[in-house]
Amino acid sequence: MERIYKIQSQNLDVFYRDFQALHAINMDIEQNKVTALIGPSGCGKSTFLRSLNRLNELIAGTSIKGQVYLDQQPIYTKELDVVALRKKVGMVFQKPSVFPMSIYDNIAYGPRIHGIRQKHQIDNIVERSLRAANLWEEVNNRLNSPASRLSGGQQQRLVIARVLAVDPEVILMDEPASALDPISTSRLEELIAKLKNKYTIVIVTHNMQQAARVSDYTGFFLNGELIEFNQTDELFVNPRDKRTEDYITGRFG
Amino acid sequence: MGAAKMKDKLIYALFWLSGLIIVAILLSIVGYVLIKGFSVISLDFLLQSPRKAGAEGGIFTTVIGTLYLTLLALLMAVPIGTGAAIYLQEYASDQSRFARMVNLTAETLAGIPSIIFGLFGFVFLVILLNLGWSILSGGITLAIMILPTITRTAQEAILTVPVEYRENSLALGASKWQTTQKVILPFALPGIITGVILSIGRAIGETAALILTAGSSLGMPLSVFDPTRTMSVHLYLLAMEGISLERAFGTAFLVIVLIVIINFLANLSMRRFSQAMH
Repeated sequence: MERIYKIQSQNLDVFYRDFQALHAINMDIEQNKVTALIGPSGCGKSTFLRSLNRLNELIAGTSIKGQVYLDQQPIYTKELDVVALRKKVGMVFQKPSVFPMSIYDNIAYGPRIHGIRQKHQIDNIVERSLRAANLWEEVNNRLNSPASRLSGGQQQRLVIARVLAVDPEVILMDEPASALDPISTSRLEELIAKLKNKYTIVIVTHNMQQAARVSDYTGFFLNGELIEFNQTDELFVNPRDKRTEDYITGRFG
Repeated sequence: MGAAKMKDKLIYALFWLSGLIIVAILLSIVGYVLIKGFSVISLDFLLQSPRKAGAEGGIFTTVIGTLYLTLLALLMAVPIGTGAAIYLQEYASDQSRFARMVNLTAETLAGIPSIIFGLFGFVFLVILLNLGWSILSGGITLAIMILPTITRTAQEAILTVPVEYRENSLALGASKWQTTQKVILPFALPGIITGVILSIGRAIGETAALILTAGSSLGMPLSVFDPTRTMSVHLYLLAMEGISLERAFGTAFLVIVLIVIINFLANLSMRRFSQAMH
């Protein structure tokens, strides 16, 4: 089967003022697969993730060289509609951050800002998204209660449902399990496995077991460089670079 | 050990006393005002127009004048102040010279005594723009006076909105304005309302600047071009011109009641609002 690349980064450099956070990253991310980004804190994995939906731009003083392609189209151009990009490339953050509104309104937030007004249409999206995020059974009887009353694990799945509600093609996840207990984490990992049938997923994690469990591909970052990028089985069993080996065997990190 | 313990107890007593003094001051002022003004307070005092310069009748026109002026000032100052706060916190970069200028100006404005605003309003609005002594002149003057408070408190309220909300909203494809309107402002609203309450207190209590700009007419104000007299101005003139000290206290009492009611309503709406959210 021919591989389809959803996202390709080409010689991507990212600078925060004078500091170079990423050095010439080249990575082809396959469609409908889970790609994990691992590496020690400050290695640039989150920076790379946030450059895939141009969220780095929010930080003053950020500049970029190189290019990222989504479906073969460059995203770092003046003409690109950032709103359309972020609609296609959704993001789940480290800390589940539900908006201070009801469960229903959290999910409806995205569809509403993208112009969907009809109540029955939004109702459908809310139900579909919550089902897709494995949360519907737990919350369908209290959609109008404040989202902040959900548990941490439920909030993280709510945030994922909120992302699904805008109908993305790619989902970026920035250490989505770091604030979750083990049971919530395993539910999240089940969810990721289910979602990759429909979406392309890129997940940053510093839990190597998690990367090994959920991903098809893994990229190892160190000091702003992509040291090694390979199929997950291959990278963990048979690392080619000494530094990768040192990291996955726990010699540093 | 004994000496240190004694000292601790003494200091505790001093702090406790400070707290007591505050409570005592408030209670004695409100109590004094209430006792002195109680004999004139009645429904008629509230609902009848003043007669004989306020020596007879009620204070109804001054209640209307107060509400009218305060409302007009808020209508002008709340959008501008909140707008400036949104600009400073959400849109301007920290390095922007204009943003720094806006910040500095707001701070300076906050420190200017109200009588200066009154003088400016008198010369510029009343005379030069020929708006006369009017609710419009007074309202604009009050708006300028409360603008810094509203801007500052709105800025602080916006600052408390977690950065994650912004990121999440933007990452869902929302524009900056959608994010501001649907996530940031609702979250910041209780803080913004606090600023508005403080401002209402200031506006209701203002006298000198309003005598210069809104006049001291006891007639019923119909349009914004009519002059008016606020309750505070009324009580000032009643006392100053020796018309009736009792009625001055009666008016003072109603000023306090009005402020308490406004505070209560604002708190209530705030609690309703945050209960709906959390």
